[in-house]
Amino acid sequence: MKKPNKQVCVIYRGIPASPGVVIAKAFLLDRESIQVTKEKIEENEVTKEILKFKKALSDTKEEVLKIKEKVAKRIDPDHAKIFEAQVMILEDGLINDAVIEKIKQEKSNAEFVYRKVIEQTITTLSASKDEYLRERIMDINAVANRLIYNLLGIKHLTLESINSPVILVAKSLSPGDVVHMKKESILGFATDMGGGTSHVALLAKSMGIPAVVGLKNFFDHIQDKQNIILDGTKGEVVICPDEQTLKEYEKRKKYILQKTVELSELKSLPAETSDGRRIELSANIELPLDVDSAIEYGAEGVGLFRTEYLYIARADFPTEEEQYKAYSEVAQKVYPESVILRTFDLGGDKFDRHTGDLYETNPFLGWRAIRACLDLPEMFKIQLRAMLKASAKKNVKIMFPMISEVGELKRAKAILNEAKEELRRKKIPFDEDIPVGIMVEIPSAALAGDALAKECDFFSIGTNDLIQYTLAVDRGNEKIAYLFQGFHPAVLKLIKQTIDAAHNNGIWAGLCGEMAADPLATPMLVGMGVDELSTSAMAIPEIKKIIRSIEFEDAKKHAQEVLKLSTIEDVKKFLTEDYAKRFGKENKNKLT
Amino acid sequence: MLAKKDSVLVEKKIQVVNKLGLHARPAAMLVQKASKFKSDIKLQKEDIEANAKSILSVMMLAAEVESFVIIKAEGEDEEQAVEAIAKLFEERFGEE
Repeated sequence: MKKPNKQVCVIYRGIPASPGVVIAKAFLLDRESIQVTKEKIEENEVTKEILKFKKALSDTKEEVLKIKEKVAKRIDPDHAKIFEAQVMILEDGLINDAVIEKIKQEKSNAEFVYRKVIEQTITTLSASKDEYLRERIMDINAVANRLIYNLLGIKHLTLESINSPVILVAKSLSPGDVVHMKKESILGFATDMGGGTSHVALLAKSMGIPAVVGLKNFFDHIQDKQNIILDGTKGEVVICPDEQTLKEYEKRKKYILQKTVELSELKSLPAETSDGRRIELSANIELPLDVDSAIEYGAEGVGLFRTEYLYIARADFPTEEEQYKAYSEVAQKVYPESVILRTFDLGGDKFDRHTGDLYETNPFLGWRAIRACLDLPEMFKIQLRAMLKASAKKNVKIMFPMISEVGELKRAKAILNEAKEELRRKKIPFDEDIPVGIMVEIPSAALAGDALAKECDFFSIGTNDLIQYTLAVDRGNEKIAYLFQGFHPAVLKLIKQTIDAAHNNGIWAGLCGEMAADPLATPMLVGMGVDELSTSAMAIPEIKKIIRSIEFEDAKKHAQEVLKLSTIEDVKKFLTEDYAKRFGKENKNKLT
Repeated sequence: MLAKKDSVLVEKKIQVVNKLGLHARPAAMLVQKASKFKSDIKLQKEDIEANAKSILSVMMLAAEVESFVIIKAEGEDEEQAVEAIAKLFEERFGEE
């Protein structure tokens, strides 16, 4: 591979393991080059070799115990438990007996034999389907390496000895390495191996050291002392940044710092207007994994779990079991807050292989989402049963997408009742009163809000599709993208009408499209009476800040004013000026 | 040869309920518990069998959440051993 040209900056993408942006020189740590070779030993050396092995075991154990103490003191006792497992690997009779036996039989050196025995274990573990277990290989490797260093009499380089500020780059690091990092000298680290749930990532997060892992072969592309930017929030590393990139990241660094402070201040505060109107602020997620950052950003539960990911990453339809696992994982993580599970919003061909490649001239107006589900009730019931099973703790809500009229909702509910009956017969527990809601994203649903509200427990307005269908604009089409305007007075009227229909029938109305994350729209939406806003996790602190700064009574008047306006331009101008009056000028319209 | 000791194999089938499965920490707890008993203790998942006193062996079972595991013990304290280990599973290894 070519080394990158000095003038060009190259961005490497990995997995964000611990947030924050740092800029410094790279420090390359090469631990992988230790080669263990097979060496013959004489019959009379066998006892000595076994003793050497036993001594190395106890030395290594002592080292690991010291690290454990350090972690317990510096981080918390819970994290220290990682190292209990490492100690037990060293105490594992099965492994140690096998090593001793092999030293005797093969008359080979202890380090070679140990490596071989450990490698067999690693091979078995790498075949596991479970990512979590596969990541434990790193723990085993870490402890095995430490032992081999001791067998060879090499001092393990502890990272405490690094003194100038650097970004550490390695193929892999062990939890023990991370514990030894001093924040003043190791500003961040990047590794080729690892995943977001590795112990290394967890430790980095709890110690507040920015980190990117899983960079594949980054180590081979970088030279010692090269300038790099590490963005642990995005999961990126930039080599040889030019002046302008550096400036951008300096700015981003400041921004993130400032946001982090705001975030921690805001996290525990409610999304409540100054006169006490409480708005539920929740997160949109795509993967069960996203829940962690949602909670981190102060989300009150999940307002939209797009379940399509379960299908997208694979070739066949996900089983009931797999779906149940994903749904209950999210439900458990957000408990006692709740999660809204939206049933599949996909083209019908994805559900039923027999339909083959379905050609539709107008897929967005075609056989998809609830329409396909209603035609394929058996497939639909798989998903509904999985959702119901995850509801036993009463913090799960079900939401149907693309409802266009009451009949559809009734049919969907009838299928849900069949799914419930099946579970009852099998005596599987679920929430009998599970709330059922709909996405209001088709204009006909917004117009029929009154009738729909009588048949369900909540509305969630999907602004993205509502805009697309109301204005007849395919926003994927660049030529007409400028027509995609959330601030079109017709769209705003539909939103207001939907919220009113919900309230007139005693149910709540939320909004989960991109408009929920637009600071310009927040006072207006609150004024229209929205009960819940669901947005990407990152937008939550800012929206919360705005909600906390406005007065509900004032927001109501503000919304009334907006609804009187007749052009998109007027609405934008009004909202921008109002925003500037409230918060100063620096924010820009995200819906343009 | 001594006369065969008066012991039969004790078995119990349980389901893994802690959400992370039998990963490092639960495996460590299990091995610590198992090591306190004199009996031979094995865990079986499908056709793989693990020595409950070896952490790597237990980890290699790769018992994920909702999988079924059979606990087997043979020896003088076999019943207590099986009960004690089943209890760990039931209590989700202290997760949550």
